Amino acid sequence: MSAGASAVSKRSHRLDPAALAGVMTRDVVLFKRYWKATTFSSVVQPTIYLLAFGLGFGSLVSHVGHVRYVEYVATGVVATAVLFSSAFPGMFNTFIRWQFQRTYDALLAAPVDVEELVTAEILWISIRAGVYGLAPLIVGLAFGLTPEPGMLLVPFIGFLTGFGFAGFGVLIAAVAKTIDNFNYVTSAVLTPMFLVAGTFFPISTLPPVLRTIALFNPLYHCVSLVRDASFGIFAPRDLVSAAVLLAFAALMWRLSIWRLESRLID
Amino acid sequence: MLGRVPGPPAAIELRGVVKRFGAITAVDGLDLLVPSGVCFGLLGPNGAGKSTTMRMLTAQALSDEGTIEVLGYALPRESKQARMSMGVVPQLDNLDVELTCRQILGVFARLYRVPRAQRDDAVDRALGIANLEGRADTIVRDLSGGMRRRLLVARGLIHQPNLVLLDEPTVGLDPQVRQELWTLIDGLRAEGVTVLMSTHYIEEAERLADTVAVMSAGRIIAQGTPAELVEAHAGREVLEVYGPPAELAELEKLAAERDWRHRRSGPAVALLGAEELNGEAPDGVRRPANLEDAFVALTGQEIE
Repeated sequence: MSAGASAVSKRSHRLDPAALAGVMTRDVVLFKRYWKATTFSSVVQPTIYLLAFGLGFGSLVSHVGHVRYVEYVATGVVATAVLFSSAFPGMFNTFIRWQFQRTYDALLAAPVDVEELVTAEILWISIRAGVYGLAPLIVGLAFGLTPEPGMLLVPFIGFLTGFGFAGFGVLIAAVAKTIDNFNYVTSAVLTPMFLVAGTFFPISTLPPVLRTIALFNPLYHCVSLVRDASFGIFAPRDLVSAAVLLAFAALMWRLSIWRLESRLID
Repeated sequence: MLGRVPGPPAAIELRGVVKRFGAITAVDGLDLLVPSGVCFGLLGPNGAGKSTTMRMLTAQALSDEGTIEVLGYALPRESKQARMSMGVVPQLDNLDVELTCRQILGVFARLYRVPRAQRDDAVDRALGIANLEGRADTIVRDLSGGMRRRLLVARGLIHQPNLVLLDEPTVGLDPQVRQELWTLIDGLRAEGVTVLMSTHYIEEAERLADTVAVMSAGRIIAQGTPAELVEAHAGREVLEVYGPPAELAELEKLAAERDWRHRRSGPAVALLGAEELNGEAPDGVRRPANLEDAFVALTGQEIE
């Protein structure tokens, strides 16, 4: 029986794991070529923030609550690492592959649909984000952060957060007219987002308006969960945070598929 | 046939298909039936709607009206199923420039659900078909245009599909590569693969296609074997009359009055169906009618 014949007999349903695996294989092969550069940028930048703020401010601010400032920042910067290693690939990789290289056209001529394509891309980015999120934590451990079993949850929190922001990135890529539009998103959305999330300072110091806005910021919930997990705390607010991240991930997932489909299919 | 499961009697069936892009109607009531095992040429000038039609066959464009069936599957609902047994060779290069030939073929072997145990063989076979064994580990960016096109073809054949769509397969290629591709496409025919090939090169259609459908302004205006089309629309012989522009213009006026089919053919006016013109026509060179004559007679368009 030839390969063609056996393929005909396989019925394909939605989100076929074989299709997801196929698309992700492509990402993995590409990653193998560029992993050093990708890892470097995803790991070094947050680490620099961590060292600069942690050590710089750490000499002025010894504690936030009962947490040493270095540890406070290390757990906060996990979210930054996750954000930047998910939103940017979501935006740029998608846009470049679709617009300039038409590689998505090639994939869609195969038995893959837009839903599978987007889901696979987002899954791959999220897995990477979950892993890269560990880097600041490891640096924190080197600076005396106490290892806690809860830290094993951090990659999963990173994955879930990354899923949402990767979806967000794909959504932006799908609606952007030119690659320059991304500057607006980076400056007006992502930058405030990572600052008003409890990453370097608690939001309790902010005016009430910003504090309320922070509660709607998925990154704030990521930071909160990472901190609680890293310090072995479990509180009801963690369930709320997890729910927010899940909702954000689900919403961005569906929106990104919807918009990219309308761009890719005439 | 070499181990292929035979497909349904009609590989492709489009009925009354309409596709609009805003105010432009790219496909205007298209009826097309491509039987299995045939090399079918879709011949038409640029802008005739060929590429749009190809995109609708992979459900990368959705029709506004009409029905589409590919390999017995209804599109777009069962499109993914149809694509399992379809290979697509696009007009424009959409290869990952950062990957090697082997890597690209490996990825697509997975996407086309080639069973794991057969993937390496499939990749090797595809490299062989495309004559790229020596370049298997070269990245696409370092390949020449002809090699890239061969890789595009190999990518579309990795899973031994029953149906192959070729969109302008040899456009922009030098003659040698064109010949290689023609040999390749001929080989597919011999294996019983159904081929739908869109082209605006008359010679390509004439040489490779069992059946040619002439497409113009979004619909099929004539269909048949190349020989049938020639006979029906250009006659058996053509009389080429050479002369200064003024004389040729006179001749065209005369031809219009006498209702002789004619066309411009380079520096000459060609009178079609010349076997029926005995005695009345001026002196000229007689030659056999060809598909180009039929095409121009049908579409009223000169070839680029």
